[in-house]
Amino acid sequence: MTQALPESPTVFAPATAPGRAGVSVMRLSGPRAHAAAEALAGPLPPVARTLRTLRHAGEPLDQALVLTWEAPNSFTGEHVAELHLHGSPAAVAAVSRALLALGVALAEPGEFTRRALMNGRLDLARVEGLAALLDAETEGQRRQALRVFSGALGAKAEEWRARLLRAVALVEAGLDFAEEDLGDLLPEARAQAALLAAELRAEARGARVAERLRDGFEVALVGPPNAGKSTLLNRLAGRDAALVSPEPGTTRDVIEVRLDLGGLPVTLLDTAGLRDASGVEALGVARGQERAARADLRVLLVPPGEPLPEAGPDDIVLRAKADGGGGVSGLTGAGVDALAAEIARRLSLRTAALGVGLRERHASAMQEGAEALEEAVALLDAAAPPEIAAASLRRALLALDALVGRVGTEDILGAIFSSFCIGK
Amino acid sequence: MFHVKQSWDVLVVGGGHAGCEAAHAAARAGARTALLTLRLDAVGAMSCNPAIGGLGKGHLVREVDAMGGLMGLAADAAGIQFRLLNRSKGPAVQGPRTQADRRLYKAAVRRLLAHERLALIEGEAADLIVQDGRVQGLRLADGAELRARAVVLTTGTFLGGVIHVGDVSRPGGRVGEAPSVALAHRLRDLGLPMGRLKTGTPPRLDGRTIQWDRLEAQAPDADPVMLSFLSAGPTARQVACGITHTNPRTHDIIRDNLARSAMYGGHIQGAGPRYCPSIEDKVVRFADKDSHQVFLEPEGLDDPTVYPNGISTSLPASVQQDYVRSIAGLEDAVITQAGYAIEYDHVDPRALSPSLELKALPGLFLAGQINGTTGYEEAAAQGLAAGLNAARAAQGEAPATFDRATSYLGVLLDDLVGRGVAEPYRMFTSRAEFRLSLRADNADQRLTPQARAWGLVDEPRWAAFSVKVERLDAARDALRSRRFTARSLAAQGVRVAPDGETRDGLAALALPDATWEALAALDPTLPPADDATVAQLSREGLYAAYESRQAREAAALREGDATLPPDLDYAAIPGLSSELKGKLARLRPATLRHAALVDGMTPSALLLLRARLKRAA
Repeated sequence: MTQALPESPTVFAPATAPGRAGVSVMRLSGPRAHAAAEALAGPLPPVARTLRTLRHAGEPLDQALVLTWEAPNSFTGEHVAELHLHGSPAAVAAVSRALLALGVALAEPGEFTRRALMNGRLDLARVEGLAALLDAETEGQRRQALRVFSGALGAKAEEWRARLLRAVALVEAGLDFAEEDLGDLLPEARAQAALLAAELRAEARGARVAERLRDGFEVALVGPPNAGKSTLLNRLAGRDAALVSPEPGTTRDVIEVRLDLGGLPVTLLDTAGLRDASGVEALGVARGQERAARADLRVLLVPPGEPLPEAGPDDIVLRAKADGGGGVSGLTGAGVDALAAEIARRLSLRTAALGVGLRERHASAMQEGAEALEEAVALLDAAAPPEIAAASLRRALLALDALVGRVGTEDILGAIFSSFCIGK
Repeated sequence: MFHVKQSWDVLVVGGGHAGCEAAHAAARAGARTALLTLRLDAVGAMSCNPAIGGLGKGHLVREVDAMGGLMGLAADAAGIQFRLLNRSKGPAVQGPRTQADRRLYKAAVRRLLAHERLALIEGEAADLIVQDGRVQGLRLADGAELRARAVVLTTGTFLGGVIHVGDVSRPGGRVGEAPSVALAHRLRDLGLPMGRLKTGTPPRLDGRTIQWDRLEAQAPDADPVMLSFLSAGPTARQVACGITHTNPRTHDIIRDNLARSAMYGGHIQGAGPRYCPSIEDKVVRFADKDSHQVFLEPEGLDDPTVYPNGISTSLPASVQQDYVRSIAGLEDAVITQAGYAIEYDHVDPRALSPSLELKALPGLFLAGQINGTTGYEEAAAQGLAAGLNAARAAQGEAPATFDRATSYLGVLLDDLVGRGVAEPYRMFTSRAEFRLSLRADNADQRLTPQARAWGLVDEPRWAAFSVKVERLDAARDALRSRRFTARSLAAQGVRVAPDGETRDGLAALALPDATWEALAALDPTLPPADDATVAQLSREGLYAAYESRQAREAAALREGDATLPPDLDYAAIPGLSSELKGKLARLRPATLRHAALVDGMTPSALLLLRARLKRAA
């Protein structure tokens, strides 16, 4: 936006990915969207769903399903038209040329969503949900994104806010209306604050899981050199991602492979073998151990004959290079499907924590709210002056405001729009 | 052709709490000032309940006082029952309050108003003189003209005031005073956005007909806390108030006669306050309560009139008599004046700049009920701000501003011009985000130095303040430079866990049961300090740890402080809905925070405005 205009200009962009496809959708938005569609398709009713032959300068361009929406009842809140073309690059190019000739400008990346936001058709949380929906690779991601897009986060935050306001009001009433015999309102305020704190904590955990759902869970393969980690990785990935050699220490750094295990995005990490190493290799070992320690799950491969160590809650311990009896072999494929299923099972347990949050931003706002509430509870328990507890409750309120984008929205938006590609 | 009679820098219309503070502040700030009032003998009258101060309100009085205003001193001179509200809670939410003798109060105001640059004029303002788009003075009902560089209107409920007693209504400002019709028309012709509000009063009782010995008495505080920083103690005799309660029979009488109430009979359209509802409201809205408190407040030492606080009404006089006599102790009570409701127009304060000047008519300032507020204290605080700013405008100086983060007056002005009013606006401590810092006890520390620079603070007050601050600074430095272990404090009788952390002296002093003597016993090098200084530092210390954590609030506030240019072309901002464009263009919010309060504002629209400001910068 370089020029301030009384009305937003009418813009268009392909709304589907470029290349061959069944259908390519061209979306137009702005005050002249319908006029531009009519220039190609002939006269249209205000809300159209009709099959037309698109023509420009007398030339037929393509046969298209033409849809129109009237402002403000459209995705962007403006007049919108969609031309569902045959999915050929040539048709898309021809229609684009025609629209440009008609004076319709090409939309900037994220332009449609930006307009929807500016026109109050979406709130910030829903925009974030939309971004995630469009980026979703797995079924789990899609479900979660859809929940947020359908406004679950905004609705939940409003509910929290209303309950928190009730707690704030209880404390404030006791302060500002001391002359009225209102009774002791603090116990109910305390109970509400404690309950909210627990809910926010749980939701913050869920938002962190959601973050994992988007960016992938990390599962590290750990074991001594030459335990067969790389072979197993290649088997799980179904391709040669890691260099496999009988020579110990072939894997010097961390190799990552992205998989879809049972609908969950998983990044499998092949770490350098655990053994005494020196020089550059030692560096790789150290880095690998660090990553493995931070991973969501660790698969410990124990070579034949060595004792099985005790497994932590986030460890799967397996006998390596074993063809049966609970072991696994990347070479023969024995036990590999069972391992994949076990990883998926363990990770999907975590998604039970999923709530309405999706981003690190959500998690930290919820956590901040929870901390402020816990502080308020502690202050009330310690019989501190109620006005101090009230200050903590108000901090929690600010955190919830940040969650729904009432404050501090600018940086968030910058990040959202930069993650959008054209036409979405 | 009228001849120019007199010329002033500032002309204040109205002799209520707003008008008196405005006139006195303008004179102190260097302006040759005249206060025009319908009746000189009504100057300084308390037209509603005979009390000054309270929660939030007491904070405002202290701020007015810290800036050299009248209200605190007048209340102290007239105070007959001083009580510090919320004594059991922390100092930030304690509000000084006193019952005031009407006669003593009026006399004190008249005495305090005396100033070499201030003249009192009796007369009726008929019209504004407007030239070159500015207010240049007033035309009086007798045809005389008063010229002035700035005019402050503090005319209370005179705009379209209607008084209701039951189903009887008549035009009027206060009981017995005529509304000023011509001036009201003039304001209406400006096309300002207006609202309609209502407020009620209780019937007044003859105290000699109340059976006091059957009632619970509310005694004045044994150690009275004064409203003014300059007052040492009460001068008038201290008396008790009575407390009684309504009962099911009272409620039955009210319920049976609701249709005859002006408020429930459909005679009143204006919005009333939710916070001190009429007795009809209480009975209807809180139907499960069969009793409400009634405070019986004496209006004066020599005046038998009693103000029964808690039963304001617009029922017919005969019903008032019935329900009053159903209350314990009031069986034989004689009503000396029936309760009534008044509804009136007010100017939407969003039409004002933060200096209380009308955006549409430079030179005209509004303060008090005309801006949609209620309460003496709210009126006085606005009066001081409007008078000061009128004087500054008349002398070509920049407006004096007040900040939400440093004063209740800042909160009041910001709420009014930013948010507007949906009911009569009254101050509460919960309106102040920085409540822990905005205490009644430190109003002078927050405001006196700035007020001194504005010319509002005279020499004696400044001298007293300077001594106080010197003592505070010296003692605070002494405390901050010393550290005390929890174990040693506990051994001195301070309530603290012995295995707790080591604290500096300021934090140690704020602990329960900590005394200066206890600290001095632990560190003999601690210099002596007087009681007032120690008490004040102990209040500071209590909140010190929490105040610093309000950083996020402060940042959010500052972000909202970004000013929107008064000539911003909202129509040219793409992305704003046309409805919002229209509202913003009409209301012209002064800051981003005010824009955020505009009805229908969305986070994204706010973002757009912020982006717009960034680009302009």
